[in-house]
Amino acid sequence: MNKPFAITLDIGTSLVNKTGTWRTERPVYVDRLPPCNNACPAGENIQQWLFHAEEGNYEAAWREIMKNNPLPAVMGRVCYHPCEDCCNRAKLDSAVGIHAVERFLGDLAIAQGWNVKAEKPSTGKRVLVVGAGPSGLACAYHLALLGHSVTVHEAGPAPGGMMRFGIPKYRLPREVLDAEVKRIADLGVTFCYNRKVEDLDALMKAERYDAVFLAVGAHLAKRAYIPAGDASKIMDALQLLRGVEAGEQPMLGRRVLVYGGGNTAMDVARSAKRLGAAEAIVVYRRTREKMPAHDFEVQEAMDEGVMFKWLTTITAEKDGEFTVEKMRLDEKGKPQPTGEFETMKADSCVLALGQDVDMSFLKQVKGLTVTDGVVEVGPDMMTGCKGVFAGGDMVPAERTVTVAVGHGKKAARYIDGYLRGATYQAPPKHEVASFDLLNTWYYSDAPATVQPALDAARRTESFDEVVGGLDQSNALFEARRCLSCGNCFECDNCFGVCPDNAVIKLGPGKRFKFNYDYCKGCGMCSTECPCGAIRMEPENI
Amino acid sequence: MLKQCEGSQAVAEAVALCRPEVICAYPITPQTHIVEGLASLVKSGALSPCEYINVESEFAAMSVAIGASAAGARAYTATASQGILYMAEAVYNASGLGLPIVMTVGNRSIGAPINIWNDHTDSMALRDAGWIQLFAESNQEAVDLHIQAFKLAEELSMPVMVCMDGFILTHAYERVDVPTQEQVDAFLPRYVPRQSVDPDDPVTIGAMVGPEAFMEVRYLAHAKQMEALELIPQMAEEFRRVFGRSSGGLVRPYRCEDAETIVCALGSVNGTIQDVVDEMREAGVKIGSVSLCSFRPFPSAALGKVLGHASRVITIEKSLSVGIGGNVSHNLRMSLPGRDTKVYTVIAGLGGRAVTKASLRRTFEAAIRGTLDPLSFMDLNVKAVERQLEREKAARRTGPAAEAILRDLGPTVGASASTTTHGPAAGAAH
Amino acid sequence: MTSPLPIKFYQTGTFTVGNRLLDVSVRSVQSDSQRNNSLNSGHRACQGCGEALGARYALDAAMRAVNGRLVVANATGCLEVFSTPYPESSWRVAWLHSLFANAAAVGTGMAAAMKVKGRTDVRVIAQGGDGGTVDIGFACLSGMFERNDDVLYICYDNEAYMNTGVQRSSATPAGARTATTPAVGEAPGNVMNQGKNVPLIAMAHFIPYVATASVADLRDLETKVDKAMRVHGARYLHVHVPCPLGWGCDTGDTIKVARLAAESGLYPIFEAEYGEITGRRMIRKRVPVDEYLKLQSRFSHLFKTTEGRARVAQIQAIADRNIARFGLVPEGAPA
Repeated sequence: MNKPFAITLDIGTSLVNKTGTWRTERPVYVDRLPPCNNACPAGENIQQWLFHAEEGNYEAAWREIMKNNPLPAVMGRVCYHPCEDCCNRAKLDSAVGIHAVERFLGDLAIAQGWNVKAEKPSTGKRVLVVGAGPSGLACAYHLALLGHSVTVHEAGPAPGGMMRFGIPKYRLPREVLDAEVKRIADLGVTFCYNRKVEDLDALMKAERYDAVFLAVGAHLAKRAYIPAGDASKIMDALQLLRGVEAGEQPMLGRRVLVYGGGNTAMDVARSAKRLGAAEAIVVYRRTREKMPAHDFEVQEAMDEGVMFKWLTTITAEKDGEFTVEKMRLDEKGKPQPTGEFETMKADSCVLALGQDVDMSFLKQVKGLTVTDGVVEVGPDMMTGCKGVFAGGDMVPAERTVTVAVGHGKKAARYIDGYLRGATYQAPPKHEVASFDLLNTWYYSDAPATVQPALDAARRTESFDEVVGGLDQSNALFEARRCLSCGNCFECDNCFGVCPDNAVIKLGPGKRFKFNYDYCKGCGMCSTECPCGAIRMEPENI
Repeated sequence: MLKQCEGSQAVAEAVALCRPEVICAYPITPQTHIVEGLASLVKSGALSPCEYINVESEFAAMSVAIGASAAGARAYTATASQGILYMAEAVYNASGLGLPIVMTVGNRSIGAPINIWNDHTDSMALRDAGWIQLFAESNQEAVDLHIQAFKLAEELSMPVMVCMDGFILTHAYERVDVPTQEQVDAFLPRYVPRQSVDPDDPVTIGAMVGPEAFMEVRYLAHAKQMEALELIPQMAEEFRRVFGRSSGGLVRPYRCEDAETIVCALGSVNGTIQDVVDEMREAGVKIGSVSLCSFRPFPSAALGKVLGHASRVITIEKSLSVGIGGNVSHNLRMSLPGRDTKVYTVIAGLGGRAVTKASLRRTFEAAIRGTLDPLSFMDLNVKAVERQLEREKAARRTGPAAEAILRDLGPTVGASASTTTHGPAAGAAH
Repeated sequence: MTSPLPIKFYQTGTFTVGNRLLDVSVRSVQSDSQRNNSLNSGHRACQGCGEALGARYALDAAMRAVNGRLVVANATGCLEVFSTPYPESSWRVAWLHSLFANAAAVGTGMAAAMKVKGRTDVRVIAQGGDGGTVDIGFACLSGMFERNDDVLYICYDNEAYMNTGVQRSSATPAGARTATTPAVGEAPGNVMNQGKNVPLIAMAHFIPYVATASVADLRDLETKVDKAMRVHGARYLHVHVPCPLGWGCDTGDTIKVARLAAESGLYPIFEAEYGEITGRRMIRKRVPVDEYLKLQSRFSHLFKTTEGRARVAQIQAIADRNIARFGLVPEGAPA
């Protein structure tokens, strides 16, 4: 075409005009720490595995969990999911049911027979893990993945620790636990049961261990002194739960008092109902709001007919009659005796007042210090004794399965560093992606999937699992409710909303980059980024 | 084919023979009969394929033509008077974009006062719009110029305005030789646009051009009109070969060979002028005339050659450049560099006032005698304007001048102005 | 493992530009890395220009709908000026600029040319800003509608003459400050009118398709362009495009402001066929007009005086009337 001078131009020629020079601020892609990840005691990259799950890529999702936690099916059931407590979606409608998706993935992995393999070559180093509870299992798993030879000594007859002997079957079916432990054993970890460690030093020398991880838990029930006419009417929670696990039928009678307000108290009261008690009454010295038990556990217990007596302490027992004292909360929220007494008839009373660590064999370990009944460890999980690490309920921390699993992983990484003569450096944490950084307009309204619950009337009669799992359709639904706080999930908003076409799409999984030749720095990409993954930074002019 | 018909009908048929593909029509007297004629031809299927679009204004007419032409279609429209002013912006735009649109202007005066009759004020208003302006002397030439106009426009990528006097030509029944389709097809090739809006070869047409290139764009438009000065005579010659008659060209001299006095004019008035020339020649006066067929581009060299030996030139102008006088004479002086030829500007026929042989002869003789003013207004009712000027001198609020003069003139136009009295409006102003 | 289930949009739904969970064939045009970029980088629109964005959204969608067989007539205005300063053009479509007032008529001419040439596959869009559409170009627009010419006219409405420095147009909203409706005197800002509603006027021509859209709702906009391109005859699309410079809002807030205009009810988004309303975009999260107005300095004077607050109430009444008239919230929803 013979184009007239100046009036007619070739198309698309404005590319020579580099409008990037106009910019006073530049957008940059950032990764922020999602609150769920930040809250996870096991350090799971929750957002990342939800990302895979959203696409229906369940195996990738499961493998992502397995990078940090070897027990997804267990954790999906028993974790108190602090991730969900701080989930930003809760401010929109309700938190993403992270635990439910995790459980779905864990169960699917068991059904599909998915496995993991150690990727690192064998180091020839030997590590002893004492205790096959969640912390010990996690540590053994991670050490095995890192190429170390691991032996687990467990005092009990089976693995799981409190997961087996503290948590009732209706919350954690044992075949699930066994399947996930077997996967660890399949990595080459040696398990020795009924092997209570008495002399650590001697054992390490004899079996030539290069390091040890102590994770013996806290199995000694705390007792309250209750003058009793018939001591057999009073038992402790662990004794009861262990008995149930062993197949015993403890003689609890028709009417059972459960003394305490923690999750164990809920487990006991609900187990008592299943063992035939017509009435299980939780006696607690403070109010429901002050109870340490998780709200959903209290709710489930109530649904099953467990009764509660708040602001009450048990002071004595005589002839099947328990004397209780009414309490009141002072201005600091502490319970104070009122001097008002009454009696409650009951066939038995179970004390669920917490547990202590069995310190007997630890006393010999040189340098190891114990404060307030727990073993002191450094930030690297090492005790005062070189090469001896510890974690789980026996160290100062919240006593949950998830914290224990997190300790196991963390210790494994430091042990690995120790064995390699280096110090493990944890990667720095990103800034947390708070709710105000999100543009929530873009998220559709979608209430959380409620996991199907067994009919309350039926479930108290057996130890069948109470809360059912998600199926594929609702697991996908739930995963897709994730807001991907602080991390690009390739929604194309920045690519679309840029008036200057200054965003380059790099393809699936590769995200985007800015074309600063043309970006004028308007900031629209940042405003319209749903998940707060673009930050505007001043230009140096 | 020879036929006796109205000028507008003949032009409509000629335009149709040029196979326009898009015709934009908006009624305005006196061009209306042309688009009416074309409407019948399109509706009946005689002209096909052709899109006939009844637009809502002259501005839209030119705009639709711009769109059609830019998209590669041969586009035509017609207008007059107020209409060309209403589309003025688009008239400039069409030439700026180099779109070969052909437009008939049925020349008519411009109000106020509103007047539907013939003069050249409308075309003159747009003389600098970058269009080629051709003026037809007769209906036959109007027919022939349209055929040449499409070819010229498309060869140059420049729009062409064919100007024909309103009523005098548009509504006059004359014998016209309307060519055959074969003749026109042999003369006028298919339209191949120089550039077009086309998804197959996308370009950006109509860029914003700043000081860095605007002068050059304008210069190039001028250079192209200078090219047209070469092309127009060639095309007229080619036309003569194909159709067997002379039409168009830059200038058409009449008995100028030894003329000491040459009269120059645009359009149909040349016929009357030629009659007067014949009469005066018979009386032994060395007089001739020249019809300016092309006003834009202005054929300075060709005209200069015609006027070379004349000692005086009289322009008969159907438009008034208010505040100075003649448009034609002003331009014509450029053809007489370094000569002391006397140039008389005669404004005549405004608003349809008849240009009579008698008045013309009187005017030419006055010029030859040396008694004609350099700028004169032929057949002006001097008494009427003097009375009004006196009134205005006496009082500021005299009411509308046109109405006052009409009252002065009384019930019969041309009757004694002195016999009328002041109307109430003028009286109230005193 | 792939899901046997149909995709559900729980995460971002169709609100984001893209959705990696969707099949490629149903994703937005703008999410496609191979999109046409009809308005290329390097144009000289201000930072955060809603019109530049809206034009690319619309033309890219049109280019996909007609498989690239598109010609465009553009009215004078910001869009034309910032895209085609000699010697560079930002357009990647066949494009012509003629005048301010005649884009619709130029479109008519193009469509006539394509028809007469038998190139019925080539489709025509005419486009302009609000000034070139609702004011100076209105006669040509109405003529094009009345003749039912085969042109889609797109108006990018930024509610004033921005190219010349923010003067009032008949699309300028009630109370807004512009350079010719300054915020001084007893009645500061624009007259408290409802403005000239060209979509409704377009409907009164009983043309095949009329729709309003916003840069805040890409999927809706693309769907409407696509629909419009599948229909022949005169069609009209009115796109709300905030102008950070003229409205006095943050350059990064262009879409946010547009969204609030729709969510407050001040800018109703609907579509109509042959003069009858056939669809409306429901308000998702209704907001009082204050939330929209307060982001823009052109309305700041309204929040400084008691009289101003009364004007805000009048503006709220306009929004409420829109919501009632177009049915923008479900029956029985709280006001």
